[in-house]
Amino acid sequence: MKLFNTALFLVSTLLFCKVTAQNNEMATVKGGVYLPLYGTADKTVKVDSFMMDVYPVTNADFLKFVKENPLWKKSNIKRLFADESYLTKWTTDENFSGLPNAPATNVSWFAAKKYCECQGKRLPKMDEWEYAAMANENVPDARKVESYNQYILNWYETPKTFNKTVGSTFKNYWGIYDLHGLVWEWTQDFNTVLISGESRKDVDKDSNLFCGSAAIGASDLMNYAAFMRYAFRGSMKARYSSQNLGFRCAKNLEN
Amino acid sequence: MTLTFKKNLVTKMLLCLGGVVFLSGCVNDQSDKKYNDTVDIPVNQEMIAELTSPPFVPTPVGKRMAKKLIVDLEIQEREGEMTGGVKYVYWTFGGTVPGSFIRTRVGDEVEFHLKNHPDNKLPHNIDLHAVNGPGGGAESSFVAPGHEKVFSFKVLNPGLYVYHCATAPVGMHIANGMYGLILVEPEGGLEPVDKEYYIMQGDFYTEGKYGERGLQAFDMQKAINETPDYVVFNGHVGAMTGDNALTAKVGEKIRLFVGNGGPGLVSSFHVIGEIFDKVHIEGGSMINENVQTTMIPAGGAAIVEFRVDVPGTFILVDHSIFRAFNKGALAMLKVEGEENKAIYSGEIRDGIYLPEGGAIQSMPTDGVKKEKEEVKAFTFEERMKFGKDKFTATCVACHQANGQGIPGAFPPLAKSDYLNADVNRAIDIVLHGKTGEITVNGKKYNSVMTAQALSDEDVTNVLTYVYNSWGNSKKEVTPEMVQAVRNK
Repeated sequence: MKLFNTALFLVSTLLFCKVTAQNNEMATVKGGVYLPLYGTADKTVKVDSFMMDVYPVTNADFLKFVKENPLWKKSNIKRLFADESYLTKWTTDENFSGLPNAPATNVSWFAAKKYCECQGKRLPKMDEWEYAAMANENVPDARKVESYNQYILNWYETPKTFNKTVGSTFKNYWGIYDLHGLVWEWTQDFNTVLISGESRKDVDKDSNLFCGSAAIGASDLMNYAAFMRYAFRGSMKARYSSQNLGFRCAKNLEN
Repeated sequence: MTLTFKKNLVTKMLLCLGGVVFLSGCVNDQSDKKYNDTVDIPVNQEMIAELTSPPFVPTPVGKRMAKKLIVDLEIQEREGEMTGGVKYVYWTFGGTVPGSFIRTRVGDEVEFHLKNHPDNKLPHNIDLHAVNGPGGGAESSFVAPGHEKVFSFKVLNPGLYVYHCATAPVGMHIANGMYGLILVEPEGGLEPVDKEYYIMQGDFYTEGKYGERGLQAFDMQKAINETPDYVVFNGHVGAMTGDNALTAKVGEKIRLFVGNGGPGLVSSFHVIGEIFDKVHIEGGSMINENVQTTMIPAGGAAIVEFRVDVPGTFILVDHSIFRAFNKGALAMLKVEGEENKAIYSGEIRDGIYLPEGGAIQSMPTDGVKKEKEEVKAFTFEERMKFGKDKFTATCVACHQANGQGIPGAFPPLAKSDYLNADVNRAIDIVLHGKTGEITVNGKKYNSVMTAQALSDEDVTNVLTYVYNSWGNSKKEVTPEMVQAVRNK
């Protein structure tokens, strides 16, 4: 009985949370079909129309969330849901480091997921994220534009971009900011494409991952950029968090 | 009860004693016994591995027994200087390019701790060519930022091995500097020498061309085309020249552990003015003797040994020679001590020989193509700074770091009567080259300087720097003066 009560308590605290709408604008991404890095020519992926936060979740947003949901404070967090690096730069439970409108980082997947649920949203699926992130300022799929790929690669090489404020990169075709240029972002199914980290082995195991590797020019660059994202995701576990990893929320399109 | 207890105690003590005897037996055993299979070499005791930054190497293993060796290596993504005024974001094992040198002996059991600094943006891993196992450890060491991975391996094959990062995209991780060397010494260690150094070649691909100022991004297309802007020893231009040159004394035996991280180019490693007495070909057990230039494949290494017999500055190069003089693959070994005229006489006679005729050789220019607005110097201080960078990038190979030149070959710029006598002549030489005999500070030089493909701004800066250094006349050169000479 006691066990049951405890279980009930745990479940209830995990399932329900305070819902306070935060002023996070969303943009609509019109669905379509795209060929992901891991796909083959005949295996395109259909993405339904959905809504996505215009900006990544900020430090200030996340502070509000932990104040309203104390179980997710730095000192209360269960090790099951976040490892020691959770909010590691926060000096206290309610004191973040860095700018209020810089992206919230060092947040585990569980915490990110919870945050979005509390907003009545969810984390974007990996395909949704990749689909939205193909866009540059002008076109929905800029993956073959050399300068666009070079921009992404340059960002991957620039240290400490997590200190920049949200909205400081470009607004893409869908009206969404910062998909490239500030931090990596969690997705709902981040670990469904397995990259062992041994890239040459990945070549053998799943040759599809190298579908475009024989091509030259821009498509090579495109794959390089995408590879780094998939490799990063592959190195993470749901309880991990990282200085360069933030998140934003999405939701299904309401009719 | 008491009895049993005592009995137990006695038994324990006996066991203990036995243990000690057994252990020491073991120890004696190991020094005498030869193992046919290095897998069978037992390890005893733990030791934290000494790691060193290039060009230095850890203490030789000597006669020590095989141990459990703890290697603690931290990955850092950090900005560094490629050459004067040119910045680059390096990805490093241990904060340097190449990464820390790891020194082991056969039979060691290495417990590898790979740490990815929390500020880093990317996951990394390590593939050590000294490992027998899938991916050389890459699979077990794939580590997210802010995490640490531990794996262990036993070193079975003696030799000098490359390690590198193998995370997708592999080429980019290597091109940004993620490589280093791990040495596995044979039982009893390598034969002792007087000096040992660690050198590793690598090629770099930047958005701007050689010497273009500012933070330079990695250029993937150039990397795919294998057309590097920089080919350097130990991560940047001038890592081992001038004050940072390697040093030795006459009569000393030198051993160089030379690796090639690539990612693209194969190295033709050569020391100007020396013959390698011994080369462990490709870092393995086969030894070649009396070698002029040894080939080091990308992802490979070599151990070269030689005795320095005469004093002087010996230049280490990749003998694909444009890489040495135009892309940075140049290092120096300064040897001090007594001359030995029997081995090397110094100059006896000098005459000019120009098989391509007396015409001035010129460097190809890009014509009208101008990609980026040039950074201009506004103050004298800036002129001096930019000028020094340009001097380091372009002139230093011949005229040397302090403008002292090389007697008999390249005239000095320091306290140079020839230079100070006529500024327009100096501008003209930089712009159009110079060939034939000149007299500088009472000594005759008969050599060739090629025309330099430098902008007016560059020429102004570099000459201002030269005129205001090393006891020269402190003349300030202006872009107008350069333009006037160019338009003549």
